[in-house]
Amino acid sequence: MLMALDGANTAGRAVPEPDSKEQALIRRVQNGEHDKFYELVKPYERRVYTAAFSVLRNVADAEEVAQEAILKAFANLRQFRSESRFSTWLIQIAVNEARMRRRKDHPEIMEPIGEYTDEEGTYTPRDFADWREIPSEALERNEIRKLLLEALASLGAKYREVFVMRDIQHLSIEEVADSLGISQASVKTRLLRARLMLRDLLAPRINQRWFSRVPFEKGTKPW
Amino acid sequence: MVAVGCEQVWQEISNYLEGEVDPTLRSALEDHLGQCRRCTAVLEGTRNVVEIYGDERLFQVPMGYSWRLKRRLAAEANAGRRTVLGWLAATAAIALVSGTALLENRKGIPALRSEHAQPGHHVPQNLEVLVNTHGKLFHIPGCPFMSQQDGTRSMVASEAMKEGYVPCVRCLGEYVSQVARFLAKRARVSV
Repeated sequence: MLMALDGANTAGRAVPEPDSKEQALIRRVQNGEHDKFYELVKPYERRVYTAAFSVLRNVADAEEVAQEAILKAFANLRQFRSESRFSTWLIQIAVNEARMRRRKDHPEIMEPIGEYTDEEGTYTPRDFADWREIPSEALERNEIRKLLLEALASLGAKYREVFVMRDIQHLSIEEVADSLGISQASVKTRLLRARLMLRDLLAPRINQRWFSRVPFEKGTKPW
Repeated sequence: MVAVGCEQVWQEISNYLEGEVDPTLRSALEDHLGQCRRCTAVLEGTRNVVEIYGDERLFQVPMGYSWRLKRRLAAEANAGRRTVLGWLAATAAIALVSGTALLENRKGIPALRSEHAQPGHHVPQNLEVLVNTHGKLFHIPGCPFMSQQDGTRSMVASEAMKEGYVPCVRCLGEYVSQVARFLAKRARVSV
């Protein structure tokens, strides 16, 4: 049993401090070297995209909003103060842009009451048998990826946003809180619930799918 | 020795995985987990969720995303500094490039590396692509159908086509259709 508990810290991740190279790059762009801006945002372009996707759940919209957010950051870089991290500032812009886009494109969608408030109610995880460890190669299979993305999309927005930032983008709890403008305690509450809900959604389906099929039928090719 | 119940274990699962519980609580949680099958299943399932969603392969940006972003930023950066002189220079550059292209065309279409292939059309000339030294196709970086056996070189699409490489129908096909969908959507939004 205790073997299974080894590595309990696997989810804890060190977050590097913003480096002086980045600060210097910001100053150069602020002083007019506009062609250096892509170099500045390149390390974060995936994060900006996933932040937009976590709100919009649509590939084309997410890309467009990610571009708009980065252009907005470019236009407003003079206003950026180094009190916050550049990455956090960039993601804040992406999340705000994505939320505005969602409201504009889908005004008919009403957020459930309490969507952006916190609750202290206890979540009771469902009682399933052990979920066997998923082999890493499983991610190469489209059906598994589809299943994972569908489960993620089915979460409420406030849980999905926190989960994507922490467990997919690997931001620290503090960065997630700053990016979303909520307390660290709220981040932890939502993260716990998101993880448990995903476990409840996936555990019965993944075991069944992974172990009930062979990768390819005899005589067929994978392409 | 502090004793904890199932409900408290569920509340602390996330903090436990993050390594953010104090040693006394950690010991109590592990003691409980050692005896409770249900809580162990919850812990293992939650750990699986964290690990599988944390894998970079799951959540990939659309093919060509970086290139489109770079191009849009370059356009934005240049928009501010366009002057009459700039326009004149651009016109001269276009004339020069067109002239060169015309001359190239007169020399004939480059010999293709594959005699059965069709030359590429509608592929952005400055798109960064990858080729294998002994291969016949050029690919978008990250194409899963690219052979890893030969030496890989990076170049722009126009150079690859000049060297007789033809587009990989899988990754370039997907790329071109993604761009088309993206442009169609933008056109709809602007209307």
